[in-house]
Amino acid sequence: MVTTEGIKRSFLISLWFMFLTFPIMVIRVNTIENVIEWRWKNMMIVGIGSFFLSFVWRWLIGRKEAGRKKSESGDSIEVPPGQRIMEDRRFYVPGLIMLSIFVAVFPFVFSAYQVNIMTTALIYVMLGLGLNIVVGLAGLLDLGYVAFYAVGAYSYGLLNYHCGLGFWAVLPIGAGLAAIAGILLGFPVLRLRGDYLAIVTLGFGEIIRLILENYNEFSFGPSGIANIPRPGFFGLEMSLSTATVYLYFILIALTLFTVFVVNRLQNSRIGRAWIALREDEIACQAMGIDKTKTKLTAFALGATWAGMGGVLFAAKTTFINPASFTFLESAMILSIVVLGGMGSIMGVIVGALVLILLPEYLRGLGEYRMLMFGITLVLMMVFRPQGLIARVRRTYKFEETVRQDR
Amino acid sequence: METILEVKNLCMDFGGLRALDRLDLDIIKGEIVALIGPNGAGKTTFFNCITGIYNPTDGDIHIFRTGKKPERINGLKPNQVTEKGMARTFQNIRLFPGMTVLENVMIGRHCRTASGIAGAVFRGKRNVAEEKQVVEYSYTILKKIGLERYVNDLAGNLPYGAQRRLEIARAMATEPFLLLLDEPAAGMNPHETKELDRLIETIRDREGISILLIEHDMKLVMRLSDRIFVMDYGRRIARGTPDEIKNNPAVIKAYLGEETDA
Repeated sequence: MVTTEGIKRSFLISLWFMFLTFPIMVIRVNTIENVIEWRWKNMMIVGIGSFFLSFVWRWLIGRKEAGRKKSESGDSIEVPPGQRIMEDRRFYVPGLIMLSIFVAVFPFVFSAYQVNIMTTALIYVMLGLGLNIVVGLAGLLDLGYVAFYAVGAYSYGLLNYHCGLGFWAVLPIGAGLAAIAGILLGFPVLRLRGDYLAIVTLGFGEIIRLILENYNEFSFGPSGIANIPRPGFFGLEMSLSTATVYLYFILIALTLFTVFVVNRLQNSRIGRAWIALREDEIACQAMGIDKTKTKLTAFALGATWAGMGGVLFAAKTTFINPASFTFLESAMILSIVVLGGMGSIMGVIVGALVLILLPEYLRGLGEYRMLMFGITLVLMMVFRPQGLIARVRRTYKFEETVRQDR
Repeated sequence: METILEVKNLCMDFGGLRALDRLDLDIIKGEIVALIGPNGAGKTTFFNCITGIYNPTDGDIHIFRTGKKPERINGLKPNQVTEKGMARTFQNIRLFPGMTVLENVMIGRHCRTASGIAGAVFRGKRNVAEEKQVVEYSYTILKKIGLERYVNDLAGNLPYGAQRRLEIARAMATEPFLLLLDEPAAGMNPHETKELDRLIETIRDREGISILLIEHDMKLVMRLSDRIFVMDYGRRIARGTPDEIKNNPAVIKAYLGEETDA
């Protein structure tokens, strides 16, 4: 492992890093005394650190390459440990019980702050699972997903302001309106694919945000809508902390509902058609699948969940304005899907929890928080490009094959 | 003698280029028909025209199905053409590499089943039965084609010859009356070609599916086909039985070129 060649390369890497970080890590201008401080100690740390880290890096890359070669040669098809746990009853039944107990007592054990960030994370789980239909299953790169989120949030805000409708009434309406928006976006982009689709959806997301920001009579412009009521429970008065816990449980229920529906969809005739569309559009059509219908259902169903997420977001924060629906949100949700594992429900859930909770728990690192977050993302994509938890392939058993299989 | 497909006067222009020039072709039920011609003659363009990938500039394509009225299928979308009963394979394999072999074939069943979103979510009795039927039907086809041992493998990991056969299996799952094979033997070794030869014949004899194939392997074409159509520069230059084609001067000219006084 440690060869002269390796040492030489690591040495060069560390030199390069020392050079790169020189301006920010070594030089500091003291503006009060007008002198330059030279922090040579930092340079030492960078040099030694990168020297050793480059060894670790090469070792990890080597391991990944070896793993790929093994799976390509195909003779040892290893079931990844994550999948094994999910398939083995002895592991997943106690695991599931423990998880549900944890979920149930969570709001009573932890502080309101913890419950709040968990609620936010659960909204993103829903959004991620919705976008997963569009991007992960149907393979349509949608960068304007936040538009549907905004449609949901504003339908609650506006319908409540103008018509006095409550949370439970608006939840399905918001979802429906978002679905309609999804179809409206779907029609013009039916012919587009890949990069072009991404750009058009990006534009669509911006259009919705700009309308909300500038159409004062309709959406109250940048000042947004305030005093949106929290979800009610048969007209019961609730204190703030009870309302927080209540919203948490609503989200747990809706997340379970989402997982249930998405799971059933992806293992169905429609789910298969989406995956076929992702794999090869022309072959998919030639095999008798109506491209138009399939794409539109993917857009509409994906948007439905964004709409619901939007209604929940509005109910949680009680205030919405266009600033909450920037492209950054779309990028975040897309990262959840990609980081978690495209097309994998478990992956998206874990991805959402990691991406939303990590920045919160990294607050202890102070100003290095976002740097660490960024590094985590880069490392993830280098070492696990298939996502945290890859999609479990469904297998079918037939009497004849069972005997032949090892 | 029951005609199932009749193409008349088919033209296809790409800008100023005439890729197909007043092409006529017909297929009789139970026939294996080959379409041959030098590279760039317009064979694949012809396939794309009759399967709805291109919309032909001019001409008529009619299909005649037993017990149904003749239908003109110009300008239909590819999925509608497949629904009418014409399924195809591709010259450069176009499987769904990230799906399993069985799932690939199950996609072929899409246009013969009807479960919608509600069906997928609620999983009623009818949907469960339909899903089961799809799995079983697809598995039966895999057995017929001889791919059953790959059932749960990813299509992209299959050996080349098996991928070609899987494309045929997937097309057969749509219950076609006519199977259009675009260079099914391309890139196969002699052993695989021989297997394919047998497979195509079995499909015709046992399933009663007529076959139109584009192929460059002349041995395969001459042995299998009942009739051959020869194209060059977008035109039909000859048609007839394999023996007639072998001795046709126009065909020899197209393939080998003309003798000139040098």
